[in-house]
Amino acid sequence: MKKKVLWKLILINVTFLLSVIFFIPNTPLLPHMPEWWKKTMPSRGIVLGLDLQGGLHLVFEVEGDKAVEITTERIAARLKDLFAKKNLTAEVATEGLSIAITPSAADIRKAVEDNYPILAPVETASRLVYKISGKESQRIKDTATDQALETIRNRIDQFGVAEPTIHRQGENEIVVQLPGVKDPKRAIDLIGKTAQLEFKLVDDDAKVAAELPQSIVPGEEEELKRQFAGKIPEDTEILFEKRVNKETGAVRKIPLLVKKQASLTGDLLSDAKVNIDSRFSEPYVSLSFNAAGGKLFEEVTGANVKKRLAIILDNTIYSAPVIQEKIAGGNAQITGSFSMEEARDLSIVLRAGALPAPMKMLQNVTVGPSLGRDSIEAGKIAGIIGTIAVIIFMILYYRVSGVIADFALFLNIILLLGAMAALNATLTLPGIAGIILTIGMAVDSNVLMFERMREELRAGKTPRAAVDSGYKKAFWTIFDSHVTTLITAAVLFQFGTGPIKGFAVTLSLGVSINLFTALIGTKSIFDIINSRRELKKLSI
Amino acid sequence: MIELIRNPNIDFLGKRNIAFFISGIFVIIGIIAIVQISTGRANLGIDFAGGTAIQLKFERHIALQAVREALESSGLRDFDLQDLPTENKVLIRVKTTEQELGQVSASITDIISQKLPDHQYVVDSTMVIGPKVGGRLRADAAKAVAMAVIGILIYVAFRFQFKFGVGATVAAFHDILVVLGIFFLSGKEINLILVSALLTIFGYSLTDTVVVFDRIRENLKLRQRDSVERVMNGSINEVLSRTIITTLTLLLTSIALFFFGGEVLHDFSLAIIIGIIVGTYSSVFVASPVVLLWGGKKPFAKK
Repeated sequence: MKKKVLWKLILINVTFLLSVIFFIPNTPLLPHMPEWWKKTMPSRGIVLGLDLQGGLHLVFEVEGDKAVEITTERIAARLKDLFAKKNLTAEVATEGLSIAITPSAADIRKAVEDNYPILAPVETASRLVYKISGKESQRIKDTATDQALETIRNRIDQFGVAEPTIHRQGENEIVVQLPGVKDPKRAIDLIGKTAQLEFKLVDDDAKVAAELPQSIVPGEEEELKRQFAGKIPEDTEILFEKRVNKETGAVRKIPLLVKKQASLTGDLLSDAKVNIDSRFSEPYVSLSFNAAGGKLFEEVTGANVKKRLAIILDNTIYSAPVIQEKIAGGNAQITGSFSMEEARDLSIVLRAGALPAPMKMLQNVTVGPSLGRDSIEAGKIAGIIGTIAVIIFMILYYRVSGVIADFALFLNIILLLGAMAALNATLTLPGIAGIILTIGMAVDSNVLMFERMREELRAGKTPRAAVDSGYKKAFWTIFDSHVTTLITAAVLFQFGTGPIKGFAVTLSLGVSINLFTALIGTKSIFDIINSRRELKKLSI
Repeated sequence: MIELIRNPNIDFLGKRNIAFFISGIFVIIGIIAIVQISTGRANLGIDFAGGTAIQLKFERHIALQAVREALESSGLRDFDLQDLPTENKVLIRVKTTEQELGQVSASITDIISQKLPDHQYVVDSTMVIGPKVGGRLRADAAKAVAMAVIGILIYVAFRFQFKFGVGATVAAFHDILVVLGIFFLSGKEINLILVSALLTIFGYSLTDTVVVFDRIRENLKLRQRDSVERVMNGSINEVLSRTIITTLTLLLTSIALFFFGGEVLHDFSLAIIIGIIVGTYSSVFVASPVVLLWGGKKPFAKK
């Protein structure tokens, strides 16, 4: 046997063996392997994509403008304090992203601009209008996305998902992938909740408060707000408490007039825990404030005994208990007929903190676990049937040479699976399609060679010469045709998301491996056959 | 030796006018399809159009009409239903709505649970795509096709000659248009998976074409005295059996995928099957004639 052939054989065997080793984690064999194997050998294998194992793929957009708006409001509140301290009389109002101050006096302007250099004047004639400068608002938006990412990561960590993927995409988007989540709705709620916790005093003293209806049905909120616009005091707003009738499941909304200015906010919390009410055995969330929060809570409750304090999460009132006495110690509770799960999720979002700005959901692709399982089964069956059909066809058409091509095909499949396992590539449903199509395409190189060999035989060459020149002449054709497929696969990889990327991976790996098996594998078998004795006839 | 065709000698290029006529019709349909897609008038999938698609798997058979009535009576508008009766699956699609994203799928499951309490179900899959993402995915898909076309044009022009690059690209693009046109005409959904099928077809069509071109290149060197058209015809005939056999093996696997590969890959494999057939046709009847037409006047470099 020639040395060259020997080397090829060694190469084939080594790659084959490596493929099997890498693929073992994807077979039921792994648990039966000896201890040393489990410790030292690859254990991850091919990873199933979200579409096959079930799970969520979410894309959120952080509404950076809202973060800028929140900052603007905060600065406006501080400006009021500043003017009071400096004995300046000025009206401060926020209008979306801008702060309007009247009158436009030089000393006021100086006070603002000295203390808040990030504010850029928009208007200075009859009144002063400021906006947060472009550069600064860009920074706020940027930080908001980063903070949101961090908060989401915290929430998911506490929620408990195996191998989540959370990353930033572009300027203000966050991609969250949660494989194998059983209750997608709950996970989405948990992640997407802004969780802005506020304590606001209920304004029962205003006359108009008595005119509010007892309750309304959901959907009429905006209408009611419009009706009362202008009638309610300027420093108040209407928010709603959601009440669910436990027997009928009917939802009612109770409007309450509350102060716009929050007495306390969630950033003063130090902890949030789920507890069970001993009387009704209903879960509730108990809150602990940090030192500053505890002190503030004591002050607020002390100054407002017999008034109601609304506990508000994301502009929905959870409850509005009457303050019976001054509350020291820095503890509060959120009750509101929660299920255990709801209470647990609420405590998670409160612990992990609020998002710096609300998020909008841009994309949600959820696949249930059963669909994924069915898809894998269907893919396996289609793959096996397709392979058998090709194998039979090749033997019928090319006889012994067909068997050689089938051997190359078999090698091709093993190496493809091995390579995917070695790369820990993600297998998606289109990826399965890619593998199956690769099987159909795998024999093409051999077909090209065989047809060429047949032509050479017809031209009167000896079998050995026919093999050699057929192989040689087919080589560049095979090369060119494979490169074109690789180019399209590369494009697919570049443009595709998730599942389609998986397709591109299997397709390009399949094509590359196909080059290897056809050019090295098939050829060396012919060489071996030919090296023993000169063939009289080629079964092709 | 089994042979499909013994020493074929078909005048493929002589039939180019008929081929151009047939292809022309399909290409026009394909172009119409692209125009309709870009203006949003085709049956775009949720991933391109934006909206909500939710697939429910019921425990036992449920009449589509019952689902329709339940949803309509709850005030859901502009939805369409599709069912897979063999597996008790129902697909509900709601295109763009004013409701907050994510609310739609929740309200659909709420409605079904309330109105059809006797029918237990699990949610097989949910897809919610905001209009912004839909637009982006559409643009990405168009970009991908453009990139593939340019990449191939360059590679084939580099390996062969520019006119061959044009021929190969025109043929492959022709295949995409034909499949897209057929899908458009039959009202099938145009979505991301179809685009990846189209790009795969693009790749396979090129493989076929490159094999033909390769032989033409070789024969141009060997048979310097023959006319280019004769060389082309001869080359196509020489590789004809390979073309047919590879088409057959590819068809075997894609047909297996079509019948056994599961619902999600159904349309994908259908597109591939059509594409393989069209791709084979185009590598014979479109690619070479285009080369001849494009560069026939100029000398063919016999490199």
